[in-house]
Amino acid sequence: MSQNLIEVALTLNGKNVTARVAPDTTLYTFVRERGCASVKCACETTNCGLCTVWLDGSAVLSCAIPMARVNGREVTTLEGLREESAAFARCLAEEGAEQCGFCSPGLIMNVLAMEREIRERAAGQGVEPTAPTDDELNAYLAGNLCRCTGYEGQRRALRRYVAERFAPAAGTDQDVSPAPATATAGEERA
Amino acid sequence: MLAFARYERPATVDEALQLLHSKRGSRVLGGGMWMRLSKRTVPCVIDLSDCGLNTIEETDGAFRIGAYVTLRDLERADAFNEATGGVLNAAVQDIVGVQFRRLATVGGSVFGRFGFSDVLCALLALDTEVELAEAGRVPLAAFMNMPYERDILTHVIVRKHAYRASYQCLRKAATDFPTINVCAARWGGAWHLAVGARPAKARLVVAAHSLSERPDSAELASIVEDVRALTYSSNLWGSERYRRHLAGVLAARAIADAAGYTEAEADALIATLEATIEAKEVRA
Amino acid sequence: MSMIVTRAEERAHLTHLGAAEVKKDAAALLQGKPLFTADIAPANALTVKILHSPHAHARITSIDTSRAERVPGVVAVYTYRDVPQRRFTLAGQSYPEASPYDRLILDQVVRYVGDEVAIVAAETEEAATKALRLIKVEYELLDAVLDFTQAIDNPTVIHPEDNYHVNGAWINNDRMRNIVSSGLSEHGDLDEAFAASDVVLERTYHTLANAQAMMETFQAFAEQDAYGRITVTSSTQVPFHVRRMVAGALDIPQSQVRVIKPRIGGGFGAKQSGCVEIFCAFVTAMTGRPSKILYTRQETCSASNSRHEMQMQVKIGATRDGQILAIDLYTLSNQGAYGEHGPTTVGLSGHKTLPLYNHMRASRFAFDVVYTNTMPAGAFRGYGATQGLFAVESAVNELADTLGMDPCELRLKNIVREGERLPQYDDNTLYSCSLEACLTRAMDMIGWREKGMVRDMGSHVRALGVALAMQGSAIAGIDIASVDLRLEETGFYTLSIGATDMGTGCDTILAQFAAEALGCPTRRIVVHGVDTDVSPFDTGSYASATTYLTGMAVVKAAENLIAELRARAAEHMGVAAEDVLFDGERLLAYEPGVLAQASAANAGTAEFSGIYDDVDALARSYRVATQAPAVEPVATLSLTELANELAAGGNGDCLTAHGAASSPTSPPPFMAGIAEVDVDKLTGKIDVVDYVAVVDCGTVANANLARVQVEGGIAQGIGMALTEDVQYSVHGRMRTDSFMTYKLPTRMDIPPIRVDFVPSYEPTGPYGAKSIGEIVINTPAPAIASAVAHATGHQVRTLPITPEKALFGE
Repeated sequence: MSQNLIEVALTLNGKNVTARVAPDTTLYTFVRERGCASVKCACETTNCGLCTVWLDGSAVLSCAIPMARVNGREVTTLEGLREESAAFARCLAEEGAEQCGFCSPGLIMNVLAMEREIRERAAGQGVEPTAPTDDELNAYLAGNLCRCTGYEGQRRALRRYVAERFAPAAGTDQDVSPAPATATAGEERA
Repeated sequence: MLAFARYERPATVDEALQLLHSKRGSRVLGGGMWMRLSKRTVPCVIDLSDCGLNTIEETDGAFRIGAYVTLRDLERADAFNEATGGVLNAAVQDIVGVQFRRLATVGGSVFGRFGFSDVLCALLALDTEVELAEAGRVPLAAFMNMPYERDILTHVIVRKHAYRASYQCLRKAATDFPTINVCAARWGGAWHLAVGARPAKARLVVAAHSLSERPDSAELASIVEDVRALTYSSNLWGSERYRRHLAGVLAARAIADAAGYTEAEADALIATLEATIEAKEVRA
Repeated sequence: MSMIVTRAEERAHLTHLGAAEVKKDAAALLQGKPLFTADIAPANALTVKILHSPHAHARITSIDTSRAERVPGVVAVYTYRDVPQRRFTLAGQSYPEASPYDRLILDQVVRYVGDEVAIVAAETEEAATKALRLIKVEYELLDAVLDFTQAIDNPTVIHPEDNYHVNGAWINNDRMRNIVSSGLSEHGDLDEAFAASDVVLERTYHTLANAQAMMETFQAFAEQDAYGRITVTSSTQVPFHVRRMVAGALDIPQSQVRVIKPRIGGGFGAKQSGCVEIFCAFVTAMTGRPSKILYTRQETCSASNSRHEMQMQVKIGATRDGQILAIDLYTLSNQGAYGEHGPTTVGLSGHKTLPLYNHMRASRFAFDVVYTNTMPAGAFRGYGATQGLFAVESAVNELADTLGMDPCELRLKNIVREGERLPQYDDNTLYSCSLEACLTRAMDMIGWREKGMVRDMGSHVRALGVALAMQGSAIAGIDIASVDLRLEETGFYTLSIGATDMGTGCDTILAQFAAEALGCPTRRIVVHGVDTDVSPFDTGSYASATTYLTGMAVVKAAENLIAELRARAAEHMGVAAEDVLFDGERLLAYEPGVLAQASAANAGTAEFSGIYDDVDALARSYRVATQAPAVEPVATLSLTELANELAAGGNGDCLTAHGAASSPTSPPPFMAGIAEVDVDKLTGKIDVVDYVAVVDCGTVANANLARVQVEGGIAQGIGMALTEDVQYSVHGRMRTDSFMTYKLPTRMDIPPIRVDFVPSYEPTGPYGAKSIGEIVINTPAPAIASAVAHATGHQVRTLPITPEKALFGE
């Protein structure tokens, strides 16, 4: 680690923070040291997505960002999105799709960022935002690994969530309600 | 974890270049994606974040892509992708995940000249130059073979043509490194085929002008042979034999796709082609 | 052994069990609260780091720690000279462990690349990391055994040390030949059965040492308490076994160790071995200071434990019309450098495969488990059954292809059915099994009969493949679970368990069992994590034991508590206990005899005592009369009133009931899985486009959590089948020690997974439940291999099935 400390000033979950840090300290280490326990690490090789935070409102991997680059920027972790994340968190819980819960915060951060991006894009084009499809969700969230769920429970939770939050895309089936959570609900695709 | 003995954040590329030359062992920071893979201490890390290299400029003749443009920016640069057959979008969309691509930079991908690079492979098939702070503009194909000079890559320039292009790759897992990647682009009256992840860095095969705009299977067979004549080797992602085979198949698919064949037509063409090649191999 | 035995009709009355109850810890987890080991480690804990061996087999000739010790912030550096010399095992198993005692905290001989050479404790991570680099070690390189097929009688002996110890002769350990364990079980006349066969196939299959790859790496911290005892907080599946491991490694009494399990970020068996606890416990014992050890992903991949790599030779004989007459299976299991879980894992490769084809005239299962200089193997979901089923189910698929028979029809002709005695399953009787229905349901779901096994789709071929699976539910006669159930003021309950929720949701599921038995909402049951000082003993969450065994312990505790409640209420109301009914909310007193008449069927207290007992004769209702009779009670007392009175002193007596369970049998869950894959004709690229799975786990305890278990297990199985390709360098260094090189499936790699249940009723299980946690990983590899074979003509027998193998064959 660098011996030459630098001064950084940033916003962390809405609060101004100044600190003297080594410039090569990662944002991951920085936020964890400041009590943001939701930010996890599973890989050290930028493959897992568990350390996802928002930098100026976009989801990024906090393990790949040196603090020198965070000066003057706005950092948000799940700790700063309690209210905004509650609806998707409930969808995950109702499907049992959090399982061990270790990867959940990173996933939630990326899902909420995706929702923002879709809304901003639609606003830019002056159209109503539409719900992403399963394929779009899989592609957008591909960088969030999960070893417990096989992703299928997360998909059910996501379907439930986007159905709540978006108008259905034109021409799609109106019935995008989630599969019933019963032991014999295996047939919804059949 | 890569350690920075010193961190510098110059305001201009000229300042950055001066630093690069004055500080022994200094290095330019790219996206920082694999900082944690390294255990070295870099005496001086130069961050170009304040040098204004994060935009894509469009002129009449070209797109000038700043070195700090992220892969995510590139993926979503609609005008650029429309003008270049969508190959950069196709090349980067399966790289790890959006959170990764929002940090990884075009400059880092190109300067690194990694063999597995999807970005390089796609750019190499296009009419691409790199802009270096000191050496000026260099065609990408030439840059690929240059040593790692103490220079700063500031921009990547893709000249406009009526491109017909297609990017094809095979990944063992969805967001993995490619086992082979191929980009085919038709411009300037010739087919340009970049073949990467051999696993050595991408090579460009420029097909003779004889290869028509809509090649038939005999024409395809000749270019597949050229592609398969490149050197290949084995690593975790595939054997030499498989890569050689795959490069040919993906090259044919890329050309067929770029040439405007439907998937079914392309499949039929490639099936015939494989049969031709097999017959030749049997005779040999 | 004591298990309550019940009737299938019981299931119709369930109200709380089976519900898609949200996990009790969901809200906190989803808010990212500090619940995991690293989140709660004391801020002043020393950082513990390990120097790992760069050599596969070497003797340390000199080790100089002086420069490392001088790094500012370094508190201590320990080497093999500093540790106790009593060997132990890190396998989380019941005492006496089946695994040999072949480890020291640090040893002078290192036996694989990654083996521990030195321990550094420092004030900061930077200081610890710097110190690691400054430890100077000289090694005398020894020949290494890297190829497990060359281990037996190799001139290099991996464990020749004098103080090696084996607990039981039954494992047939012959370590001077590098054999950890060997064994044989035969049934019938094999020669005769093969002679009677029209078709005999002999094939060799090979599965790799997959990484469990739970998202949370191995982590633990240690502290010394006011009494000088060592408290270890660890992300472990086996807190009680870790207590024994730490005590054994430090050579101190178990009474001096306490183990706490907070939330766990996944385990999948990896955390059934104690990979890191001993190191921080040792540092804390030596320094008196709190210390923490947080393994990196690289360490978690390359210096912990993995699935046992196995090579299996299968000989299968059948008649022309598809009657399977004999299977001869030989398994060679690669243990790696230390013996954790070796003797037990291998057994499942035979005993959880051969009983599927129970009508065979003869079968033989023989095995050797061998030491090599690779990373030690341990437990991974499926625990040997996964490997064995890849071999046996692939062989059955190849048999079907050879006979020109539909592989599902072949199975329907041969599979095991309820009520059969299982010679390759300890001669147990199979009380519950709906495998046939699982298979036909899976066939319907995928459209097996309509689609045909192979379809040309132009650039790719689409094909189907099937596989069956079984597993166990707890280890018969060895696992034990116990729980305490307490009535608290106002009438809620505290359920203390020693079973470890590792994300699977057992805290919630066990509360559902209690709620079912006590007739109250699940939220009225409070559960907490495990602390060996206060939680009742439980062997831990492994071997698919928790729902089946701890669930039974909960039901028994609830029955005991209800009996107490009735007795106390009877005293209060001045009636006899047998005239008091508890309906979950109230205690109702009736005229003498009214209840006895109403619930004559429930009077018995019969318990299951042996696997040959007449289950039907023993079977009874769980509920101790909860249905109120039609007559008015003579007195009533609410649960709240009773609870408050009991807690109020004077007449008070805070009620605690205990329940323990151990089972003489390990009832198998069953499953059928069908994969539909696309294989690119020219590149061999494999896309799984659909996967259906139908499971018989007995009564489903929680609809959501059971389903997610199935989906998660299948995804892991798909990873094992297609992308998780463990590779070693020629010098024995693991080349796939990160998520960059060891490819877990992403959500792009996993198709829609469609799950259904056909629950049989297991009379020895709590409300008919069996297990589900492990069986679910077993079907993808053989099903996908068969589908790829149907698509390409290449049956891949060495996992993973890469595009290259699919295209060119092996």
